Amino acid sequence: MNFALTDEQEFLKEAARGALSRFKTVEAAREALDGGELPDLWPTAQEAGWTGLLVSEEHGGAGLYVMEGMLVFSELGRVLAGVGLLGHLPATFLLDRGGVADEALANGDTRAAYVPARPPGDVDAGWTVDPRIGTTRGDAPRIADDGSVTGEVAWVPDAPGADVLVVVGDDGRAAVVRASDATIEPAPGYDATRSLGHVRFDGAPGTLLELGDGLTAAAWYVAQALLAAESLGAVERALEVSVQYAKERFTFGRAIGSYQAVKHELVEILRRLENGRSLMYYTGWAGQDKADEFPVAASAFRLVAGEALDHAARAQISVHGGIGATWEHDAPLYFRRAQLSRRLLAGTADAADRVAGELLTQARERQAAA
Amino acid sequence: MDLNDTPELAEYRAKVRAWLDEHKAEAPERDDVVARRAWQRRLADGGLAAVTWPAEYGGQGLGPLNQVVVNQEIGRAGVPGIFDVIGVGMLGPTLIAHGDEEQKQRHLGSMLNADEVWCQLFSEPAAGSDLAGIQTRAKREEDGSWRLSGQKVWTTNAQYAAYGLLLARTDADVPKHKGLTMFIVPMDAEGVTIRPLRQISGEAHFNEVFFDDVVLEPGSEVGPVNGGWGVGMTTLMFERVAIGLGGEGFGWRADRFAEALLADEPATRDREVRHRYGEIAADFLALRFTGYRMLTTLHRGGIPGPEGALAKVTTIKAAIAAGELLADVLGPDGLSDDNWGELVSDLPGLKSAGGTEEILRNMVGERVLGLPPEPRLDKGVPFSELRAKEREAIA
Repeated sequence: MNFALTDEQEFLKEAARGALSRFKTVEAAREALDGGELPDLWPTAQEAGWTGLLVSEEHGGAGLYVMEGMLVFSELGRVLAGVGLLGHLPATFLLDRGGVADEALANGDTRAAYVPARPPGDVDAGWTVDPRIGTTRGDAPRIADDGSVTGEVAWVPDAPGADVLVVVGDDGRAAVVRASDATIEPAPGYDATRSLGHVRFDGAPGTLLELGDGLTAAAWYVAQALLAAESLGAVERALEVSVQYAKERFTFGRAIGSYQAVKHELVEILRRLENGRSLMYYTGWAGQDKADEFPVAASAFRLVAGEALDHAARAQISVHGGIGATWEHDAPLYFRRAQLSRRLLAGTADAADRVAGELLTQARERQAAA
Repeated sequence: MDLNDTPELAEYRAKVRAWLDEHKAEAPERDDVVARRAWQRRLADGGLAAVTWPAEYGGQGLGPLNQVVVNQEIGRAGVPGIFDVIGVGMLGPTLIAHGDEEQKQRHLGSMLNADEVWCQLFSEPAAGSDLAGIQTRAKREEDGSWRLSGQKVWTTNAQYAAYGLLLARTDADVPKHKGLTMFIVPMDAEGVTIRPLRQISGEAHFNEVFFDDVVLEPGSEVGPVNGGWGVGMTTLMFERVAIGLGGEGFGWRADRFAEALLADEPATRDREVRHRYGEIAADFLALRFTGYRMLTTLHRGGIPGPEGALAKVTTIKAAIAAGELLADVLGPDGLSDDNWGELVSDLPGLKSAGGTEEILRNMVGERVLGLPPEPRLDKGVPFSELRAKEREAIA
């Protein structure tokens, strides 16, 4: 038993932090809200090999799994870096397992985006997608036997700029569609670092992917895990910044971090961060060694990390007092990241429901067997 | 990330499982104390107790992973574990670390066999989280014996115990951490009074223990005189390890809560119930894997740090939420349900066990995050002058 990162994984993390430190991503996140350009991190992702993380070695990738993806995402999350990997990695995961990944996908010359569909649960039978407005989920697109696709999916990560789309249909099959055969409407979001699009297919020609059982569902959980890891990285940074400030800022003759009210709030960020980190490791382990627990692990991680970031972002603002709520400060950027992230890919509340559904189903099975 | 057994550990697990398969028919009911003590002796004979103690004191001389395998296999077999968890898990290792050879030879064997049960006598009515503020006094006589007076509280198993490990003040004229000594106290000595302490559930899981001029033999001290604080820290470190190794030992587990919810099938489709349960389950899953992270640290020879206290905070928070949810789903009967009633009633008190949540958060904030400490009045002040200082502060 060894429940810690390997040396290679530590190195991947450090290398990612180093590569990202060359960019002023947080400043760019602020400027982008006023129409500024974000730094193009795609060449960095290509150079570092992140684009091919989930592509097997025979197809030119690194042949790694979700743990390594999460480690890179947590570094991206720390500095609010926007790279099109939330779309690309789950998409390449499916393309690779479907046997159609190639060198260009692995090295990032071809950019892919995953058009997500939520797998059926114990209460709801269908494959569903995020609606553009409201809380009622839509049906996933229909994929015909010739591979052509019809339907709409809102808030698709990294759809703008993608070359190919990997669509999951209402029967759980997946198809590859050229982005130029779909209509992609960029959806500028509350967090300008996040590239999102509403995607429409009107009988778009596509190619069915031949996938083993459960892989389209696994892609959903890969996406959940990556988004969760990104949030956790942001929590880590929000905590560091807040702790630093609490040591430096004095009121009534004392550093504010010496007051229990402030101290306990900061410890609460740490408590949630540590719980999230344990679930990240669980997700990484299940992704590799325990496929039947991957859905519950990734969903629990998504829930805890999403809520941890919401809490950390609010606490960061409070600890900084009024200045934490001003445009010039970084705290509002972490707050924006928190609020948008936890509403994407069915949202954190749905992740809680999934944890419940998975564990209740297992309990029913145990009861039936007894 | 690898939770699989190494070949050696798999072999060990097979051995443990075979022993349990052979003997589990002899396992007693959980609340039969006499039989539980006999069962502890059986487990010890089988090598399933004191797994990490050195072999020279009757242990197996194995690592923390072996202890976890034993815990897991005992759980799997559905039998109770050892009775004296506090003795074997915390007090024995403290004696091994700080006791003299005579104390080790005299006590460890009978502790391991449960011939003599032990209790921990640290907390007092006026000193819990601020443990160094204890008032129980031990005064040295000319012949080297000690006279002990004071009161301890929250003492598990005091009514069964032959001995207790007790922290007492031996010098009031130095700052409070510096005047403490650890003692071995025979619980049948004249002047020791034990009273059960009933709690919200009506059960008495703890006791109060009174010491009225109790005589302790020369050589009863464990570790140096006035060096008791360091000895006590060792015990608390082993407490953290025990929690890390067996956090699910209370039976508070996501899967068991799910089974309880099935009693009301419509509830399992209710969005609110599912959301609440999902949050609780995620916390308990996080705790399980926090335990594996802690175990990895131990396995590599590290010592779990104060951040382990956060696991306790999460445990209590999630268990309170679970009790709430089960009572909501099961209805008023759930409040006194055989399985879940105590979960509702015991948790408000457990929030303060092993240090109040507030004091744990202070500790983690200061030692892990490096935040400045709360201003305190007791730094460097002799214990004997503290009272006057406290009075001055509120005047």
